[in-house]
Amino acid sequence: MAGELPTTEFDEIPDELLDELEAIAHNRTEGHVQMVQLVDEEGHFHNGTRFSERARRLSRDELRGLYRDMAIIRRFDVEATALQRQGQLALWPPGRGQEAAQIGSGRATRPQDYIFPTYREHGVALTRGVELGELLRLFRGVSNGGWDPTETNFHLYTLVLAAQVPHAVGYAMGIQRDAARAKATGQEPGDPAAVVAYFGDGASSEGDIHESMVFAASFKAPVVFFCQNNQWAISIPTQVQSRIPLHNRAKGYGFPGLRVDGNDVLAVKAVTEWALERARSGKGPVLIEAYTYRQGAHTTADDPTKYRLTEDEQAWLEKDPIARFEKFLRAEGHADDEFFASVVDEGDALAAKSRKEVLAFEPPTLAGEMANVYAEAHPLVEEERAWHLQYEAGFADAETQEGGH
Amino acid sequence: MPTMTLAKAINSGLRDALAADETVMLMGEDIGSLGGVYRVTEGLKAEFGGDRVIDSPLAESGIVGTSIGLSLRGYRPVGEIQFDGFVFPAFNQITTQLAKMHSRSAGRLTVPVTIRIPYGGGIGSIEHHSESPEALFVHTAGLRVITPSNPHDAYWMTRHAIECEDPVIVFEPKRRYWLKGEVDTENPGASADPFRAHIVREGTDATVVAYGPLVPVALAAAQSASEDGRTVEVVDLRSLSPIDFDTVIASVEKTGRLIVAHEAPTFGGLGGEIAARVSERAFLSLEAPVIRVGGFHMPYPVAKVEGQYLPDIDRILEALDRAFAY
Repeated sequence: MAGELPTTEFDEIPDELLDELEAIAHNRTEGHVQMVQLVDEEGHFHNGTRFSERARRLSRDELRGLYRDMAIIRRFDVEATALQRQGQLALWPPGRGQEAAQIGSGRATRPQDYIFPTYREHGVALTRGVELGELLRLFRGVSNGGWDPTETNFHLYTLVLAAQVPHAVGYAMGIQRDAARAKATGQEPGDPAAVVAYFGDGASSEGDIHESMVFAASFKAPVVFFCQNNQWAISIPTQVQSRIPLHNRAKGYGFPGLRVDGNDVLAVKAVTEWALERARSGKGPVLIEAYTYRQGAHTTADDPTKYRLTEDEQAWLEKDPIARFEKFLRAEGHADDEFFASVVDEGDALAAKSRKEVLAFEPPTLAGEMANVYAEAHPLVEEERAWHLQYEAGFADAETQEGGH
Repeated sequence: MPTMTLAKAINSGLRDALAADETVMLMGEDIGSLGGVYRVTEGLKAEFGGDRVIDSPLAESGIVGTSIGLSLRGYRPVGEIQFDGFVFPAFNQITTQLAKMHSRSAGRLTVPVTIRIPYGGGIGSIEHHSESPEALFVHTAGLRVITPSNPHDAYWMTRHAIECEDPVIVFEPKRRYWLKGEVDTENPGASADPFRAHIVREGTDATVVAYGPLVPVALAAAQSASEDGRTVEVVDLRSLSPIDFDTVIASVEKTGRLIVAHEAPTFGGLGGEIAARVSERAFLSLEAPVIRVGGFHMPYPVAKVEGQYLPDIDRILEALDRAFAY
């Protein structure tokens, strides 16, 4: 904890790192960089590491559940993109291609954990039980949030890049203090919890990421930094953000970092579970770099044809997380045509439901929004709100009079 | 009733808040073992431990950003920014995150974070150590901004800021840290509402509105004017967001003349806002234009010439002369 300066803690890490890195070394490599992968692009499962043992323990229903989550969030994403094209949303940031990174990491969390997303974590929202239609309020222009984060421990989307990451670290410091206070007063501490901070390769350049990692390391905060390296920050490739693999930066802060195949849902889930368990047990933060690809545009306002090659896009489509997992499930005999057809139906139903919800969203009133600027009464806001209501009421009176003539 | 310095009053306010509520915690650079560069937090780490009085890494955005996260977990963090000019690395967290969390969550989330910032000049210090950036925060909806001018207010503003469900920035007048005064830690008296202005000297010929470090200057100017037969009312604004316009307007309706003084540059500063409000609400009471006394439109000057930059008794008297000339 904060009161004890961590003079020896850095020394503890190398053994553990060696242990983990040995496990990783048995795995596939991407270029020159070692990367945890359990299911390859052909759908073949690779045994032999602590992560593969962890994945092997999943039941058939759990495996099918992971596929179902990925498939229906993609269907939802298609619907949201269409809604934007039809003028029903102001903007939409598609998550297509990142389903394994999001579902795998989200399904690794436990209810008591807390999640700080960016604005693209639609898949993680699904795993936390957020009503997906609520995600669209922000993009419909009827709310700057949309859901109650305290119900699902899934925080509001944050649009200022990396700004949510120090919040995650602070929240984790709060979890530490809760545990210490419970211990001091002899109370039951409750289930150990941890925090997941999502961000991308672009945001990794922001100063808030650096400050967050410094704080997390210094205080050994129970936080997992989950960086989805989707290769592009709008039009800027990852190489402009970092000349080394992003997960290597963790070493500089004094905690473990590793790269996982972000298109392999089993690998992502296993690695994130390990990192969360480590964090919950008081061993401090981990940086996970989920190596994936943004198959679509940055947002519906973007045009990737201006900055990247169709051949590259094609190469990444062959690594598609959902197609790969379908191959795995079929090869292992976990799912058949009937199952996959039922998932398509479920996705269509979710899409239709979400569309219906979006079109029925009631816009807020400006006066209502004004009432939420401060938690306690604020005379300036109250004065302006009263003036605004009176002003608007003047138009209503005029309309009534005109109607009467 | 004990007499103590303004710094000690803040220290007492922080200590009593820490003792009263175990979710209160302090975080900042050098605030623990050293007790802060101005010793405002002296002794608190020893008394409450390093988990509640945290010597943070040297990172202002991190201090505010993690404070937001702690508040979301149910804590009431008090972050210290070591000097006014060093708040800007945290500006993004304060304005885009802290100020907006309550409204963007449709009122579901509260972030009761207090940020303490020693501000203002007059201490002969080097660049970035003497600034008055309060207007930037006052302009940001979602924040509350208060500033004490005396030890009793310093104690109670510290307590009230920590208890407030909204984020509160407390600008501490660093050149008044050694100002002594009586502090009643049992009874706030007139300081029960931190967002109300105080009339600290009554008068009928003109009103001077000041806050923080300039309140003693305004009082001295009023004393000086009284020797010329003018009675000048002095309003200590205390709260910069919200501003207690009712007290200001009532005073102007009585006196007919208004001077607003602050160390911050006049251009785009609070004086302009106050002048505009007064002209809207008390136009027919005004015998003269509202006159602003403040810093010039330039970076805070080097210490050897700051005396010419800072509003002093003569600058306020000169403004009063201009007002009385109408």
